Amino acid sequence: MRLKKNIATSEAGFIFNPGTGDSYSSNPIGSEILSHLKEDIDRKELIDLICSKYDVDRIQFEKDIDDFISQLTDNNLLDD
Amino acid sequence: MEKLKYERPVIKKLITGFTNKFGSQSKNEAVTHIESVNVNELIGKYGSPLFVLSERQIRRNYQNATRIFRTRYPKVQFAWSYKTNYLNAVCRVFHQEGSWAEVVSGFEYDKAIANGVPGNKIIFNGPDKKDEELIRAARNNSLIHIDHFDELYTLIKLSDEYQLKPLVAIRVNMDTGIYPKWDRFGFNFENGQAWNAITRILNSENLNLVGLHCHIGTFMLTTSAYAIAANKLCELAWSLKVKHNKTIQYLDLGGGFPSTNTLKGSYLPGTDTVPSIDQFADAITDVILNYGFKQEDLPLLILETGRALIDDAGYLLGTVLANKRLSDGRRATILDFGVNSLFTSFWYEHKVSPAQESGQHTEETILYGPLCMNIDVIRENITLPLLQKGDRLVVHKVGAYNMTQWMQFITLRPNVVMIDKDNNTHVIRNAETREYIESAELIPPHLTNA
Repeated sequence: MRLKKNIATSEAGFIFNPGTGDSYSSNPIGSEILSHLKEDIDRKELIDLICSKYDVDRIQFEKDIDDFISQLTDNNLLDD
Repeated sequence: MEKLKYERPVIKKLITGFTNKFGSQSKNEAVTHIESVNVNELIGKYGSPLFVLSERQIRRNYQNATRIFRTRYPKVQFAWSYKTNYLNAVCRVFHQEGSWAEVVSGFEYDKAIANGVPGNKIIFNGPDKKDEELIRAARNNSLIHIDHFDELYTLIKLSDEYQLKPLVAIRVNMDTGIYPKWDRFGFNFENGQAWNAITRILNSENLNLVGLHCHIGTFMLTTSAYAIAANKLCELAWSLKVKHNKTIQYLDLGGGFPSTNTLKGSYLPGTDTVPSIDQFADAITDVILNYGFKQEDLPLLILETGRALIDDAGYLLGTVLANKRLSDGRRATILDFGVNSLFTSFWYEHKVSPAQESGQHTEETILYGPLCMNIDVIRENITLPLLQKGDRLVVHKVGAYNMTQWMQFITLRPNVVMIDKDNNTHVIRNAETREYIESAELIPPHLTNA
């Protein structure tokens, strides 16, 4: 699971896809997840990382990350 | 190490070129208290969903409306529209403030009597008044507003049979320049039907015509229609004086003033478009005061305002059951209350606020109720903070019609709580139970062993 190489992100949560010209915004935790996704990372590693840092129930985060990943996929931001 | 506060990750596509020229506020202020009572504590004590009514706001609305009219016109009387919200505690607040009762059925009439309203302070409207109800209302000196000729002749017949002297008015329908024209109730002004009805009453031995009534519509957004209505009622009253030397005691302009809810399909929010009660009062009282009545003949002005006096005193508290993503990517949020409880979501884009502080990020979502029905939609599109299962929401301005038109469907209706002037909470209607719902059911003998 990896963000496409050409996707530009900023710490402030701005995301730009030069391939389509589309831009996006994300909240801070979304930006943090995107920064992890710049390296190839699997789902479990990502869940462990976030759950160790944030006050969130693991099952809750699993639901949320799956929804987030599906949004990235729908917007064609992840490598196939 | 202490863990950081969590917020659901979210990504939102930025779309340029569609900025809102009105710059509507996207920040959702958390509503953590109603009056001074904590929302979470209310839900903790009385369950979710939960209707909450502010007694203080009801009294404030009533006192404000009466002040507005009484500073413009010498004789004003409000009559609480039972159908808007006939929970007894609500009715009694209005009656304590001095309001009469306006009822539209025998059921409501009985409620008003049980709430201690004297018979001569009950206005009995509506097209369905049964013989025994008419007899009782006549004996109690209630004000019977006749809706149609069949009712008029029934009342004449009953008055003869039972030696009654009913106090009556007729409901008049008319063209006030608005659409739709409410001509299904009462007698028409323009085609002479209203005058015919008046003449018939005057020729009866027992009926005493004391008033004229109209109710031109609901959620009226134009004040000029009330000026036209007042003018036409004045014309009838004037003709009665000139032709029959009969002085009408009151003109009842009915209800129809809107609350500041936003109607579906409106471009601007209700708070920006709805005329104030001052404007309605100006329209009505200017006409009557300038019509030419002698000071001593000025009729009492009765108003049956409902919605505008109660809507903003009511709240519905609820809880997020689930978040989901629809096939086209839209976010959907499922709540623990639906159109069964919040009937007015069929008409309004209700304001909905989170009941807890949240981050600055928002997303568009659809608010669904929990019913297994496709039409169970509370808001088709609303911008809210990133909600999680278990988060609480507050729906605003739900005091009118929901607690009378709600439906018992699939599940049970919730507790209704009133917050009094000292911020004490009182259950004014218990949450329903299965036993309560089934108490009216009977099982035929051949099914008892099924």
